[in-house]
Amino acid sequence: MAGDARLAHHFSSLSVQAHAARLGMWLFLGTEVLLFGGLFVGYAMYRTVYRAAFVACSHHLDRALGTVDTLVLITSSFTMALGLHLARGGRARQATAALGATLALGLAFLAVHGHEYAGDIAAGALPGRLYRAGVELPGAGIFYTLYYFMTGLHSLHVVFGLVLLGWLTRRTARGDFGAGWDTPLELGGLYWHLIDLVWIFLYPLLYLI
Amino acid sequence: MSKPADLDREPARASYLTDGTTVRSWLDTRDHKRVGLMFLVAVLGALFLGGMFAMVLRLSLLTPEGSFVGPTAYNRLFTLHGIVMIFLFLVPAIPSAFGNFMVPLMIGARDVAFPRLNLLGLYLYLIGAVLVLGAMIEGGTDTGWTFYAPYSTSTPSAVVPVLLGIFVVGCSSIVSGINFIVTIHTMRAPGLTWMRLPLFVWSIYGASIIQVIATPVLGLTVLLVAVDHAFHVGLFDPAVGGDPLLMQHLFWFYSHPAVYITILPAMGVVSEVVSGLSRKNSFGYKPIVYSTLGIAFVGFFTWGHHLFVSGQSTFDAGFFGVASMLVGVFTAIKVFTWIGTMYRGAIAFTTPYAYVCGFIFFLVFGGMTGIALATVSLDAHWHDTYFIVAHFHFVMVGAALMAFLAALHYWFPKMFGRAYPEGWGLVSTVLIILGFNATFIPQFLLGNAGMPRRYYSYPAELQALNVASTAGATLLGIGFLIIFVYLVVSLRHGERVPQNPWESRGFEWYTASPPLKENFEHLPTFSHAPHDYQEGHPHGR
Repeated sequence: MAGDARLAHHFSSLSVQAHAARLGMWLFLGTEVLLFGGLFVGYAMYRTVYRAAFVACSHHLDRALGTVDTLVLITSSFTMALGLHLARGGRARQATAALGATLALGLAFLAVHGHEYAGDIAAGALPGRLYRAGVELPGAGIFYTLYYFMTGLHSLHVVFGLVLLGWLTRRTARGDFGAGWDTPLELGGLYWHLIDLVWIFLYPLLYLI
Repeated sequence: MSKPADLDREPARASYLTDGTTVRSWLDTRDHKRVGLMFLVAVLGALFLGGMFAMVLRLSLLTPEGSFVGPTAYNRLFTLHGIVMIFLFLVPAIPSAFGNFMVPLMIGARDVAFPRLNLLGLYLYLIGAVLVLGAMIEGGTDTGWTFYAPYSTSTPSAVVPVLLGIFVVGCSSIVSGINFIVTIHTMRAPGLTWMRLPLFVWSIYGASIIQVIATPVLGLTVLLVAVDHAFHVGLFDPAVGGDPLLMQHLFWFYSHPAVYITILPAMGVVSEVVSGLSRKNSFGYKPIVYSTLGIAFVGFFTWGHHLFVSGQSTFDAGFFGVASMLVGVFTAIKVFTWIGTMYRGAIAFTTPYAYVCGFIFFLVFGGMTGIALATVSLDAHWHDTYFIVAHFHFVMVGAALMAFLAALHYWFPKMFGRAYPEGWGLVSTVLIILGFNATFIPQFLLGNAGMPRRYYSYPAELQALNVASTAGATLLGIGFLIIFVYLVVSLRHGERVPQNPWESRGFEWYTASPPLKENFEHLPTFSHAPHDYQEGHPHGR
């Protein structure tokens, strides 16, 4: 394996290096889950305390747009996995197309969500003491604080994910990944799936129940 | 460990210190030893700053009505003292400085798994430190290092940059935790099984697990407080229906395990020094390993003992009290193991050894008062008094700082290839241990007499004990000054030492001192556990 430019000087082989990178990524994903975990704990606590307000506010959110968001993100996860599969099979051009589709779907998610935020703000559904959108129950402001913080933090992750995807798409188009070595693409995919996974929990908590 | 070929002759290649001498070769390095050394300089800077803040606080407390600084400045100083000491010194001190330097040497690796991330961790730490300290220009903040809501979300002081700084330092902590876990999993040299790992590596592993699990929650909490302060969205503000207790729970979910991030690596240092300088195998290897993992696990179920008087159900208080006492059991296992290791050892009573003795005394004293404080009814009396202050200074400063100083002296020859003056070392150890006791034993008495922590003024009859405490702090300061002077002098003028001046059989001594740029000319293989003094060694020395 000597002389392989992809092998860092301090690793004994490429497979050890890939193993280390994968383990590091999974640990990082664990920290991301814990970051959101604190918010889920907060959500559970306030939902118990202000149940009526949370149910009422949840009905005020646009369920149709939330569902579109969900479908868009799940599809993007599929195209991401497809891209990795194609790159592994050495089909760089199709893989680039699949990753490009993932990028487009990610942008679509942000656009739909931005549209949703605009509607909420216009209706006066603002966080905390700024809330004045009609639900006259204690805790409505808290619901919207959590709503904006949770979806905002998630959207921030989507933005980082898109930057990462842009870089990966370029490298895939250059044919950097193929049989035997695709670690960056695999790890980027893991990150994108985590973004999807977090949304899978946010969607029912905020829009459905 | 089989004997590397370069053991007996002078290393032909430059050491990590001399391989590249430009400023850029340091700032842009990937070498774990250089990153560790730069971390060491940075955390020593934090220790100096935090210590200066403490000295001003102690001077102000000389008189019952306060002196030298006004009450507002006093509040800001104790806040900064806490933040700097905990987030910028205690949490990163041993893992980021000595862990970075020693772990790859101990496991026979050329570097940590992610050298670039390692360097990024250093810069994140520095950026966070600049944010925290830069807030001083805006007047600093006065919430105490715990940032309890709703005061932290409504104070007019510069709380947002401080919180963002802590968030960034937290990212540095997560990055280094991930790096250590991956390094220890994937980079061990052939033959180095888990049950042959040096105990210091085990302790860094345990601390890294806590860092990775707990720090994201702290990051989230400080972000929420910052957002609350900036936009008044009221997540923790009772006026809008928020619950300040939620903030306390989230905060202590990190900040209690943070104590174990601090103390586990300290215990690892003690395990190494006790074996190395008593010339004995650890009395019990597996008990130390399992109690390390035990502390890392149970440490996550003790945070509620900070909320005994905040409004918590009796059942919760009982649970958290008992879980906290369990930590004492694991700690006692370690203490008995160290003493069993010392017993009938060929002890070299040197500066690191003296610090280890101080460590054990402070840990037992601090630990026993901790058991007392975990008893709910007693805590109700001592809560938020100087008794608590004395307790956690015994553990976090007494114990952790003693271990830091032990590591600094034990590994000084390893890092720089030079000796420090043993006589001055012992003088300063005595000053520091005496000074520490004189500072904090009066604080136990003050707390028991009812003096609340964080107060600017106090009743006149408590002055004698406060003066004693300030006198002790002065002694402590003089001890540190002596260490600073002789270590800086030794860097240039210290006697050159052979590769293994302690004649230790810890794995880190099997490379040159100071080590080569990539640690080994030939990567080692291992055939036995470290510190195998009794079993006889093919290359005995």
